[in-house]
Amino acid sequence: MRRNSAFLIAVLGFGFAFFYVPILSMIVYSFNASRLATVWGGFSTKWYGALMSNGQVAEALKLSLEIALISSTCATIMGTMAGITLARFTKFRGRTLFSGLVTAPLIMPDVITGISLLIFFILMAQYVGWPAQRGFTTVTLAHITFSMVYVTTIVQSRMLSADRAIEEAAMDLGARPWQVMRDVTLPVISPAILSGWLLAFTISMDDVVITTFTTGPGTTTLPILIWSKVKLGVTPDINALATLIVLTVGICVIGAGVAMNRAEIRRERDRRMAYRANE
Amino acid sequence: MSESLVRIEGVSKSFGTFQAVRDVSLEVAKGEIFSLLGGSGCGKTTLLRMLAGFETPTAGRIFIDGADMAAVPPWDRPVHMMFQSYALFPHMSVERNVGYGLKHEAMSSAARQARVREMLDLVQLTEFATRKPHQISGGQRQRVALARALARQPKLLLLDEPLAALDKKLREHTQFELMSIQERTGVTFIVVTHDQEEAMTLSDRIAVMDKGQVKQVGRPDAVYEFPNSRFVANFLGSINTWEAKVMSIADVVTVDVPQLGQRLQARPTSGVQVGQALSLALRPEKITISRTPLQGANVIAGEVKDLAYFGKDSLYRIALPSGALISVHAVNAHRGGDAERLADWYDKVWLDFAPASAILLTE
Repeated sequence: MRRNSAFLIAVLGFGFAFFYVPILSMIVYSFNASRLATVWGGFSTKWYGALMSNGQVAEALKLSLEIALISSTCATIMGTMAGITLARFTKFRGRTLFSGLVTAPLIMPDVITGISLLIFFILMAQYVGWPAQRGFTTVTLAHITFSMVYVTTIVQSRMLSADRAIEEAAMDLGARPWQVMRDVTLPVISPAILSGWLLAFTISMDDVVITTFTTGPGTTTLPILIWSKVKLGVTPDINALATLIVLTVGICVIGAGVAMNRAEIRRERDRRMAYRANE
Repeated sequence: MSESLVRIEGVSKSFGTFQAVRDVSLEVAKGEIFSLLGGSGCGKTTLLRMLAGFETPTAGRIFIDGADMAAVPPWDRPVHMMFQSYALFPHMSVERNVGYGLKHEAMSSAARQARVREMLDLVQLTEFATRKPHQISGGQRQRVALARALARQPKLLLLDEPLAALDKKLREHTQFELMSIQERTGVTFIVVTHDQEEAMTLSDRIAVMDKGQVKQVGRPDAVYEFPNSRFVANFLGSINTWEAKVMSIADVVTVDVPQLGQRLQARPTSGVQVGQALSLALRPEKITISRTPLQGANVIAGEVKDLAYFGKDSLYRIALPSGALISVHAVNAHRGGDAERLADWYDKVWLDFAPASAILLTE
């Protein structure tokens, strides 16, 4: 078979089109001078200006970032502890229950998690008096609940693949358990902790369903704002906002790609160094 | 034996219903290289881990330098371990790896640095001090692990399969390096290995283990030449064994070996009685082989069935009229053509061995 058969190229083109045409059309229409999202009225950047002067969007973005930062950090701390516990302690009372609880949000539909959290917060407010009303606190707590799972899973699998002997070696060389944790365990699993944190951050940033259930008046995160605006029809300023988000994500992804590429070059150099050292 | 450093008293260890170590008692002297030799699952690693403090004995006690180790956690034991995987800290440089143990000791940073340099010097890795473990070769990693374990001047160094991860050429070199480092530092070594050659060359004494028990303890030559059981005889090197029955005991023991269809003579061994059924074991290199008839105490006639030429020596498999096979190992001491060869395929040959070479095994 010829490598460049028309069929293969068509399949490839279709695949790319499927992924990128919607995003591209959104970007193009963000420069639309017309008010109507679907009618081209000439080139303009006015929607970006409108977006910048729109305090509502800036407010929502700030809130989303705050919630994502706090919830992902808390989720990382708790998720790391849970992950280490599940990987290292194979036998303790209630382990099965604990591991089930930790991973439950992973399989639970968002709607169920949302409703159950909502009911829980209402009951809390009724009987404990805290949190008095739904808003920043309840959304953050809800985000911690579901994003912790991801951190736990990543940390647990990293721990299971790590060489147990290096912790024993540290202990053997005079380190007490907490020093082993600080000097060896945490540095070794730190890439897993970082990727867990990033994942928790991203999930928190774009959650709509659970946030809808647990938020209260005056607490509008960015995804909720977009969602509520789109309900009234897609306006070009939403296109502009989405374009900016795509741009930010794009820069992050390219940056990560470059960093990974450099790391690969470094690894290759190290390998050669180790090989030469052999002679 | 000189002053003892390690005393193991009736130590057992069970994991659930599995008994990994059964009632082991051993003493290791100061400055000795002591090997725990056995196949996988014989309990040697478990015993080592109990010495390091990673496992707690189910029964029995362990003393190191006179102190009972029962309540001493791994980080307080005067014992360091070199792990089979080396277990270097991947995120630390070679010098930080070596210096890690010293961090937990009250000493000035200058003294610590001097000690790290001294250790790197000992294992000849000074120029690699700032490298990370993945930037050096396997053999160098092994030396970093050794330097790290020796840095705190332990009384006892435990080595878990120290040479297993190295290739054959490097292994021989490292073996001698280990011995010379042990000599220079005077630290007592306990080595766990499944490799009998490694155990023989390295050790002052060997404990052969099987199914959680110590079968025999002794100097390498004693364990090899005077095995106390069929297991030890078969585990170390190769050996011919036959079922035999004691016919008479005088200056020599005469045994009847039905498999060979003849009687053979052995040196008297304590605990052997007339009429007793036992095994007669014979190392292949203790047998003389000749193409001309021999005169001796234990002459056996046969035919060369198989021959493996190794250069410096050859291994022969001699078939007897009874169908039995005897392995014979002979040094090719003379250089010459076909006429001077010891024996060739299908040659009729005569074998002989001294009564003292025969091992009588009752266990």
